[in-house]
Amino acid sequence: MLDIVSPILEKLPQRVNLDSNLRHLGRHCSTDFMIEIGETPFHFEVKSGEMSPVLRGPFNMRTWKFAIRAPEGVWSKFWSPVPEPGFNDIFAMTAYGHAKIEGDIRPLMTDLRFIKEVIALPRGEVS
Amino acid sequence: MPATEAITGRYTTIDLEGRPHRIYFEEAGQGIPLVCLHTAGSHSSQWRHIMNDSAITDHFRVMAFDLPWHGKSDPPEGWQNEQYALTSDGYVAAIMGFVAHFDLDDAVIIGCSMGGRVVIRLAIEHQKKLRAVIGLEASDHPSPWYDDSWLDLPEFARGDFCAALVSGLAAPTSPENFRWETLWHYYQGGPDVFKGDMHFYRTDSEFSGRSGEIDTSECQVFLMTGEYDYSCQPHNTQRTAERIPGAEAIIMKGMGHFPMSENPQAFREYLLPVLDRVRA
Repeated sequence: MLDIVSPILEKLPQRVNLDSNLRHLGRHCSTDFMIEIGETPFHFEVKSGEMSPVLRGPFNMRTWKFAIRAPEGVWSKFWSPVPEPGFNDIFAMTAYGHAKIEGDIRPLMTDLRFIKEVIALPRGEVS
Repeated sequence: MPATEAITGRYTTIDLEGRPHRIYFEEAGQGIPLVCLHTAGSHSSQWRHIMNDSAITDHFRVMAFDLPWHGKSDPPEGWQNEQYALTSDGYVAAIMGFVAHFDLDDAVIIGCSMGGRVVIRLAIEHQKKLRAVIGLEASDHPSPWYDDSWLDLPEFARGDFCAALVSGLAAPTSPENFRWETLWHYYQGGPDVFKGDMHFYRTDSEFSGRSGEIDTSECQVFLMTGEYDYSCQPHNTQRTAERIPGAEAIIMKGMGHFPMSENPQAFREYLLPVLDRVRA
């Protein structure tokens, strides 16, 4: 699954930066965060809505504002074309204990729709 | 649906807890009163599909009102010096005040989310006045799905945040246009109103110790919850129904937290048989 999702995540910045609607939604967003798939962290950084390259860990003392952590199988369900109940949203996954959101959640909440939509972009492509 | 819908919207002034409130309500149909309660931070437009369904309006006088501070209902005079927080007593007063204002005898109350919660208390305390309650995404006790500390975030004042917070509660299987219409109602909410509603939904609506007092031979109880709802998870609804002798829990496949507005076609297939039983 990691071999499939890694190139998809690495291409996310290009997709986001060319999407005028997403760029508008995220125009005030400047933050960085980790998406952890099992033991493998991916570092996302956004500056005024423009996404920097996504970096795949492991990292040595990399900083981040918040992290969304879940096992591989959970992310597979989240990114499936029609996720099953409990896996269709990051908050569905935390509500059911499938995922954890840790760190400073304020930047996530400040640009919640933008970040949710960026994270959901691989939906239907990871299988 | 005709270009001009059969729904009418009007204003009325009702005294609630000793203060006059200018209340906006919509209405369609004739027959058994069916009073519709919107979700937290939203307004009565959520019920437009029910009010445009002749299979319902041929038998029911469907009425949906905006709670004070919501939609086109004003907050009371002096609001500028108050912090809005919906209390259990205030919520019940608003609903039963509306019912009394229009002399609605033997009414059916249908409410969603916090509206699905409050119908439990209505059935406990007003069962002789009500024909039935239908709780959507309903349980008799709070089951918060996020930490209390979030409530202090200033983001709760923003409609776009409230929409993003609840967006995943609409099922991915619901039509995109209706999911986004449902979320637009959250974009429209006044600052801090959704947060104010959370006072009721998270901290002032523990009815599980009393829900067994409901006599379903006086007031029928139907609890209908979507399988994608993680705010009121299906097991919360099922446990609630188990505490109310004669209550029925219905878990709706492919449905989220806003059945009447996010997937009206699928919802009516679940609702019409319930309404038939209410009429019988």
